[in-house]
Amino acid sequence: MTTFDRILEGTPLDEATWIEVSDFCAWLHVERHWIASLVEAGLLEPRGAAPDSWSFPASDIARVRAAARLVRDLDVNLAGAAVILDLLEERRRLERRLALLERLLEQ
Amino acid sequence: MHYKDYYQVMGVPRTASQDEIKRAYRKLARKYHPDVSKEKDAEERFKELQEAHEVLKDPEKRAAYDQLGPDWRPGQDFRPPPDWGKGFEFSRGAPGEGPGEFSDFFSELFGSRSPFGTAHGAGRGHRGYAAAGQDHVARIEIDLEDAFRGGTRTIELRTPELTADGHVMVKPRTLRISIPAGVTEGQQIRLAGQGSPGLGGGPPGDLLLEVSIRPHPRFRLEGRDVTVTLPVAPWEAALGETVSVPTLGGPVEMKLPAGARAGQTLRLRGRGLPGQPPGDQLVLLRIVLPPDSPRARQLFEQMKREVPFDPRATSGQ
Repeated sequence: MTTFDRILEGTPLDEATWIEVSDFCAWLHVERHWIASLVEAGLLEPRGAAPDSWSFPASDIARVRAAARLVRDLDVNLAGAAVILDLLEERRRLERRLALLERLLEQ
Repeated sequence: MHYKDYYQVMGVPRTASQDEIKRAYRKLARKYHPDVSKEKDAEERFKELQEAHEVLKDPEKRAAYDQLGPDWRPGQDFRPPPDWGKGFEFSRGAPGEGPGEFSDFFSELFGSRSPFGTAHGAGRGHRGYAAAGQDHVARIEIDLEDAFRGGTRTIELRTPELTADGHVMVKPRTLRISIPAGVTEGQQIRLAGQGSPGLGGGPPGDLLLEVSIRPHPRFRLEGRDVTVTLPVAPWEAALGETVSVPTLGGPVEMKLPAGARAGQTLRLRGRGLPGQPPGDQLVLLRIVLPPDSPRARQLFEQMKREVPFDPRATSGQ
């Protein structure tokens, strides 16, 4: 049997965990000006007034990665990626809702 | 190694112009992009498409690929010709992001060790050059109870590693991780430094665990809210009795409002998945008749006689 000398503690990337802009950039391996352009495109909504004091919900990490993939693969600009991500979010919400209602109807 | 028909993958004739190839790529990329697509095999199709596009968009690579001739069938056993790449001028640009993940066919013809590849991984071996390791993403499936309580789990991962001679080898590794209470479907957990090692002294990448929660026979999850269907007797609903309701944290007592209706949803605040704010438990009432018996029948007969009631009087039927 394998024994473990330690148990890894992860950071949940959810909307309740807020990350400062420097960590946010480091975790994503991106430059700060790129994050600033995402904010400008309305793709991210940071807390804090000045760029140096921005913080972001950790759930935005997945959003930034997806935006980067969309920009790279589909040749859309950031505003386009923001629209796609919002619509995808809405689609997921509606799918969950639909699945729930379908199961309730079956009973 | 099997031959890949890149023209077939992109759905264009061998005579297609570079513009047609670009348009075909964009159209198919929209259809199969894993972030957007609902197709079952989207990820695989998109990878194939990227590979085909990587070759066909580049006039040099395309010309070399075309020289293999039009007579190959997709999947046919293939060996590159001994003079592969001879007579072409190459621009040794930085390799695209994909090649490591592309097929053997691609790696052999256009990968880092082919005439088209970047010499000795240029850009990586430079003195003073350091880069962070790649982040890895792995999916873990947990039970709803684990999401509620949190706990430690042992996970086995198969990690692809690049060997010294440039091949990809899959290495198994086992990690013991702590699952925080209140994780939700699709949420990621970041394990710092558990991704690929960094290059030239750069920091290692992270491991991102994407949580998927197994369907539960009794509770249904929507975000942090948990829904349960609760069967109640007609008199419990009519009289508004206190009943026991299963929740993830164990059974709780709930007072039904007098005259509760079937299909009505009652909310137990804060009894869903923990978080800030915690989710609620939604209790959907389902009215169940008692099993048939002479006594039950007798009482229903009595109600029929003594309680004037037409359930359809107001429903417009």
